[in-house]
Amino acid sequence: MRYQLMTAALALTTALQFAGPAAATDLEVTHWWTSGGEAAAVAELAKAFDATGNHWVDGAIAGSGGTARPIMISRITGGDPMGATQFNHGRQAEELVQAGLMRDLTDLATKEKWTEIVQPKSLLDGCTLDGKIYCVPVNIHSWQWLWLSNAAFEKAGVPVPKNWNEYVAAAPALEKAGIQPLAVGGQPWQASGAFDVLLAAVGGTDAFLKVYKDKDAEFAAGPEVAKVFKAADDARKMAKNTNVQDWNQATNLVITGKAGGQIMGDWAQGEFQVAGQTAGKDYTCLPGLGLNEMIATGGDAFYFPLLKDPEKSKAQEVLAHTLLDPKTQVAFNLKKGSLPVRGDVDLKAANDCMKKGLEILAKGNVMPWTDQLLSQDTQKQKEDLFSEFFAKQDMTVEDAQKRFAAIVGSAD
Amino acid sequence: MSKSERPSQLFRNLNAKIASIPMIFTALVIFVGGTVWTVFYSFTNSKLLPRLHFVGLDQYYRLWATPRWLISIENLLIYGVLSLVFSLVIGFLLAALLDQKIRFEDTFRTIFLYPFALSFIVTGLVWQWLLNPEFGVQAVVRSLGWTSFSFNPLYDSSIVIYGILIAALWQGTGLIMCLMLAGLRGIDEDIWKAARVDGIPTWKTYLFIIIPMMRPVFITTLVIVASNIVRVYDLVVAQTSGGPGIASEVPAKYVYDYMFFAQNLGQGFAASTMMLLSVIIVIVPWAYLEFGGKKRV
Amino acid sequence: MSDHVVSLPAIGGAGGLEAYGPSGPKPRHTFSRRNIFLYGTLIVVALYYLLPLYVMVVTSLKGMPEIRLGNIFSPPMEITFEPWVKAWSSACTGLNCDGLSRGFWNSVRITIPSVILSIALASVNGYALANWRFKGADTFFIILIVGAFIPYQVMIYPIVIILREVGLYGSLSGLVIVHSIFGMPILTLLFRNYFTSMPEELFRAARVDGAGFWGIYFRIMLPMSLPIFVVAIILQVTGIWNDFLFGVVYTRPDTYPMTVQLNNIVNSVQGVKEYNVNMAATILTGLVPLIVYFLSGKLFVRGIAAGAVKG
Repeated sequence: MRYQLMTAALALTTALQFAGPAAATDLEVTHWWTSGGEAAAVAELAKAFDATGNHWVDGAIAGSGGTARPIMISRITGGDPMGATQFNHGRQAEELVQAGLMRDLTDLATKEKWTEIVQPKSLLDGCTLDGKIYCVPVNIHSWQWLWLSNAAFEKAGVPVPKNWNEYVAAAPALEKAGIQPLAVGGQPWQASGAFDVLLAAVGGTDAFLKVYKDKDAEFAAGPEVAKVFKAADDARKMAKNTNVQDWNQATNLVITGKAGGQIMGDWAQGEFQVAGQTAGKDYTCLPGLGLNEMIATGGDAFYFPLLKDPEKSKAQEVLAHTLLDPKTQVAFNLKKGSLPVRGDVDLKAANDCMKKGLEILAKGNVMPWTDQLLSQDTQKQKEDLFSEFFAKQDMTVEDAQKRFAAIVGSAD
Repeated sequence: MSKSERPSQLFRNLNAKIASIPMIFTALVIFVGGTVWTVFYSFTNSKLLPRLHFVGLDQYYRLWATPRWLISIENLLIYGVLSLVFSLVIGFLLAALLDQKIRFEDTFRTIFLYPFALSFIVTGLVWQWLLNPEFGVQAVVRSLGWTSFSFNPLYDSSIVIYGILIAALWQGTGLIMCLMLAGLRGIDEDIWKAARVDGIPTWKTYLFIIIPMMRPVFITTLVIVASNIVRVYDLVVAQTSGGPGIASEVPAKYVYDYMFFAQNLGQGFAASTMMLLSVIIVIVPWAYLEFGGKKRV
Repeated sequence: MSDHVVSLPAIGGAGGLEAYGPSGPKPRHTFSRRNIFLYGTLIVVALYYLLPLYVMVVTSLKGMPEIRLGNIFSPPMEITFEPWVKAWSSACTGLNCDGLSRGFWNSVRITIPSVILSIALASVNGYALANWRFKGADTFFIILIVGAFIPYQVMIYPIVIILREVGLYGSLSGLVIVHSIFGMPILTLLFRNYFTSMPEELFRAARVDGAGFWGIYFRIMLPMSLPIFVVAIILQVTGIWNDFLFGVVYTRPDTYPMTVQLNNIVNSVQGVKEYNVNMAATILTGLVPLIVYFLSGKLFVRGIAAGAVKG
């Protein structure tokens, strides 16, 4: 008893308990953070972990989560797991947990009182299965942002829009000035994500939940969602001829003023930062497309595969602790452009856009995102549908909605 | 011979059997075993991990109702037929040209063959770069003054598969040419002599005498080309990632994406099974005719 | 056309290039219509084949500002080797900024044992199939050939399970075995064809002299099969060196082969795409198989002739 009390006290104060004696342990950490902003952010995590006397062995796999996840999963199921790995918390690692391949972090979580630290609470829900905690959320990423290039609108001679509708109205002026109105990269998840954002912003939070949480196929085929498809149709017309693949190349079009704007998650912020641009001056961000200001509690989390080596297992605990450390949280999230997972950290350094996000978070306007609500299978079908929809201008809105409703109907 | 008089069948020709163990292992455990395993699990609803919850033919119904799968099949057919025809024709023509006692044969042959040394990933990247509308061929032709020139296969859904074909042919025809050249070199001089004496024109000699004689070469070539067609994957990933939209998807990519990205093993296995089935229907009868009949020793 | 002059060289390439038939001395024909057509076609086709390599080299020698100017075909105004240095030693993926250098040695460590093992297995196997057929051998061989058509993706999962069960997952030996397995169909086909085409009398005579399976293989077959070994080595070196899928699935980051790092570098877009670094990295990755090709030249065609022509 006394021992437990003591450790709890220690855990609350510092990382000293871990940093002290043990010899340096190498811990391999896999992730798919390889863009400029992302790499800078992950360097902060590595620095913090190395400072505990252990060694972060970086296992970056380029080419977005779609490329990286299969490799990570093969490694874990193949019996050669890494020390820790990034996933989007929610349903991506569900089965790995069920198969008993992932480490149960509940003891550590109770000891360090994660339920009190982590804000909003729904974040930990994404990590919880059957009452046990299996991952450490490191940030809150929300998809629902519209990034606009101030320079592009200036060149087109129209004011920077304040919401999606104004933006659509300004599209012809942009086009006339030789500017790509909207940039959507060719990777399928970008088209699919843009639609989800439109669903949440144009359709509203309730509509979003009805479709993705209740999986109401009838509603998905109905007039309210038809409105969203109309907006998606506008979006694809505006995005026509975006000849880039990667999301950050699309962001780069906005940064350089070649495109008017981009619907992308707050990770795009890191790119603006790397390019030395200032929020409000060089670019404008509209959370919820300026229509429905909320933050989705998606994000990244680290999972810890079950390891046999006791040294490494101990190092896993150190890493889990380090990831939630207030200092790490601030340093990491400032670079990443995401919001910290704890409410008690000081984010004076945050820029305009992050502050907007923090405000929304403080008001409690949060909602779950597709990573938590849908299986990867459904997500992939959605990606196939919307990448086709955005690339094929002659695919009718009605046809797309019908197929969408069918996917929602068969979702699990 | 003396050894073959041993009583036990099993020990006859023992060394050859020992030498064939790796092949037997590969054939039975990897190819047959893996295939059976895959087919078996295609009747389950395995998601991230294989599990035995049977759902009958559900995965197959879903597969054939999926637009992306249908597009993949269509693309594979177009790509397959065209790349088979073009690589054989171009390969043969180049070989026939090189076989005209030309100077610098080695140089030309090396030039035609070198792309084969490069991986599909590299091939895809280079051609993505060459066909990029902002830097590549289109931009260059336009900058020369022909401003309405349009050649943008990688971002045009209706012709994207031809963009991939161009790259594939560039990479693969050199090897075909080598095979054909080897075949032409193996033809007896007397055949040509006789043809000339009979006054048969050159093109007719090629078409009706030489090519039929090169049957073994064509068969080896077919095996190599066809197996690469069915497996086409890296090239598409490197060049277009299946885009724009899903316009350049291929079956192997569907399998991979659904097994690993979508974490739906059952669906991926069902797609693999369909691919295997079509391969088996085409290949097995042919393989029997080709390799099963002849006996030796 | 009067192009009745058709060469009939024997196997052996340039060696057998004596003219046949009533063709006059060469110089007179240099500018004949036939030659203009012949060389014209060959040169045009050769240019098409060289174009991508040219663009790769030229781009890799340009600085980024020059690339942004446009024309990919124009030669560099200012030659810089910086992209090459960066691709080799300092391009980043995540936190690892050591370029391709690490992957190069990994690829060497993967390729050498894989090539040796796969060729050893396939040559002995092809020899057994050609000269020591046993009951059922054909069936296994047909399964093997059909196996060549199976998309690798289908086999990834079962092999993960097999490797896990024997405890080789993630190790270099595991990957070597995987390469040997997937190289087997084509290699066995080539070796089987080659050994079948060798004069049977040789084999018979050796048998009469009392030589056994291994004796004949090492003393008679091996010394006579240089061309086909060259072909096998070339095919395997390029195939294994260029492999991406197995390398990424069956190894771990510290043993990733060069292709995986190439993909990582090319796909890690930090700000803008550095096309020059990508191109330099691409050429560096392709260099080993390219050199093998350029050096082997004629031997390759001769070997192919021996392995593929006789069926």
